[in-house]
Amino acid sequence: MRNNNPPKLWRFHGGLTLPSHKTISMSATIAPAILPRYLVLPVQQHIGAAAIPTVSIGERVLKNQNIARADGLVSVPVHASSSGTVVAIELRAVAHPSGLSGLCIVIETDGKDETFPTSDASIPYPQQDPAQLRARIRDAGIVGLGGAGFPTFIKLSPGARAQIKTLILNGAECEPYITCDAMLMQEHPREILDGLLIMQHALQAQRCLIGIEDNKPAAIAALMNALTVTEKQFIEIIAVPTMYPAGGEKQLIRTLTGIEVPAQTLPASRGVICHNVATAFAIAQAILKQQPLTTRVVTVTGSAFTQPKNYWVRLGTPMQDLLAHAGVIHTGSLRLIMGGPMMGFTVMNTAAPVSKTTNCLLTQTTDKSQTKPVTLPCIRCGECARVCPAQLLPQQLYWHAHAKDFDKIQDFHLFDCIECGCCDYVCPSHIPLVQYYRFAKTEIWAKERETQKSDIARQRHEFHLSRIERKKLEDETRKRKKMELLNEVDAEEDQKKSAIEAALQRVQAKKAVQQLQPGSTENLSDTQQQLIQDIDQRRTLYTEHAPTSNKDTNP
Amino acid sequence: MITAIIVLGVMALVFGLLLGFGAIKFKVEGDPVVNQIDAILPQTQCGQCTFPGCRPYAEAIANGEADINQCPPGGEQVILALADLLGRDPKPLNATHGTHSEKTVVEIDEEVCIGCTLCIQACPVDAILGAAKHMHTIIKSECTGCNLCIPPCPVDCIHIVPVEKNLQTWTWPYPDNAQQQSA
Repeated sequence: MRNNNPPKLWRFHGGLTLPSHKTISMSATIAPAILPRYLVLPVQQHIGAAAIPTVSIGERVLKNQNIARADGLVSVPVHASSSGTVVAIELRAVAHPSGLSGLCIVIETDGKDETFPTSDASIPYPQQDPAQLRARIRDAGIVGLGGAGFPTFIKLSPGARAQIKTLILNGAECEPYITCDAMLMQEHPREILDGLLIMQHALQAQRCLIGIEDNKPAAIAALMNALTVTEKQFIEIIAVPTMYPAGGEKQLIRTLTGIEVPAQTLPASRGVICHNVATAFAIAQAILKQQPLTTRVVTVTGSAFTQPKNYWVRLGTPMQDLLAHAGVIHTGSLRLIMGGPMMGFTVMNTAAPVSKTTNCLLTQTTDKSQTKPVTLPCIRCGECARVCPAQLLPQQLYWHAHAKDFDKIQDFHLFDCIECGCCDYVCPSHIPLVQYYRFAKTEIWAKERETQKSDIARQRHEFHLSRIERKKLEDETRKRKKMELLNEVDAEEDQKKSAIEAALQRVQAKKAVQQLQPGSTENLSDTQQQLIQDIDQRRTLYTEHAPTSNKDTNP
Repeated sequence: MITAIIVLGVMALVFGLLLGFGAIKFKVEGDPVVNQIDAILPQTQCGQCTFPGCRPYAEAIANGEADINQCPPGGEQVILALADLLGRDPKPLNATHGTHSEKTVVEIDEEVCIGCTLCIQACPVDAILGAAKHMHTIIKSECTGCNLCIPPCPVDCIHIVPVEKNLQTWTWPYPDNAQQQSA
């Protein structure tokens, strides 16, 4: 079909023709890699929120078992890539340009490779609801395997408004040295097409395009042969010119469809979705064989190997184990790059594990005689702008990144930079341009986080002040109430006191009346009366003799 | 003549009313300058500017009672942003208020803490958790690094620690520095 009617192709801006270095790793078939003693599985192998471990230390896990669940909407779970015992859940070296550690689940493998029992074969996917398919793809832990690691199920949700017309499968694999997608297409074309059909069903896309760089004729031929007659009616396999970065999402869409995806928008808004071929393979495995994403193809290449080739690597395999298996012992003079020479980064610690986004391990023997070219001032030659595939002005971006002017740099659309490294490659002054852009991007994100944090601090402080104010108010009201209560009590007591006083007065008044007639002399017996009379007689006698005082003589 | 005066007068009245109505109906509620200043300040609430918090300092700047270079946690960036906002000349940080340093948080040595609650009362953002005679702890993600909890502590169990960089907060180094290091 392609031969009869060559499809029209478009040209994206800029780009470079680079020496491919691909054949060195394509002579052998994809080999199985070793089962390492320890599997180190980072909980974050994708863009989005890190997964949350669901296993505990000492627990025995089986291959394909879910060991960390997705946290939130933009997240996917992690699965054990072999059976064994969880020995640690801790910070371990991970493949990251910072060289920092991330949370990992460490499994000591037992070599039995026992598989977690899968749910019995479910209904065939064409009868399944797209939403159900997406859930299964998410539960299989599938992310974009081209390198970015964005959760695939999100890119299979077209949303309510956007109607996806075209589904593109990206087999361009434009970066030098990397051959994992090419080998996968050569060896597993049927599975890739199956994955494509599942994706097409999930997106309800009308047509499918598979874009492959024309320097991979074997991959193109393999896929062509695998296509059935009915599939040929809506699936087109298109060879695109070999030009770095033809495999960039927006670049491939431009080449195949002529659609320019505008700055800061997603291809879905233009009715196009682009997925990697390895992702399609993983989806086929997940839906048709109930196998979550636990292995991937990794190109192990570079001058340090006698036989560079591709391996089926279990996720979590420490890079040093893989290198040793591939026939190189890591020494100090070796530079290990994850990804390709253009967009990859140096791995600081070779104990870091292979993750879902590790497509290539490239080694470079660092020669001491090879010195880094000295960075010279920008001469504004404009070479970078000529090659920029995103049609940016790299020299202006550099200018503002150099001055740390993060407002101005965004006026020049920093965030449309795909960090492909073309400008770096052609710069005659050897300025590390991409590093400037990465610096500026991460600084801007850090600033945004700071602003968010200070907003939270402001809210908390305001709440703190209002809380203190409220407490003061509450204390005051309580005090006032208590005083009122006390006053009430006083009044009551006053009443009581006056009542008592009145009673006392009454008693006294009574007493005063009684005092006129001393009551103690009433009801006395005759003898007592007699005695009193005697005493009275004696007293009169006495007072007659001593009339000075008579007070003491009162009875 | 009279017709012209009447016509012009009526027109003046009509347009005057229109303008007056427009001024009321489409009144633009400008963001008061205090809010804009407050948005620039780092919200550490440390009081190093001599005002009890960022908002009072913002009010003081807006009223012309304070200068723009009194915020050590904000450092040069805040001064530049304030100068830009207020149309003033930027000036170096006033050293009497302190020096700018990397952001820190505090940590309670939980072995030593006696549970006196004094630090809890000092914290401007309620980032310390604890109760009387119970161990206290800092909610690090909410700590602004104002260090106001340190002076009241009777047993000196609160220490300043740098903010740890993790995979999410790490930033690429400035290229020149990286080259100097490798050279």
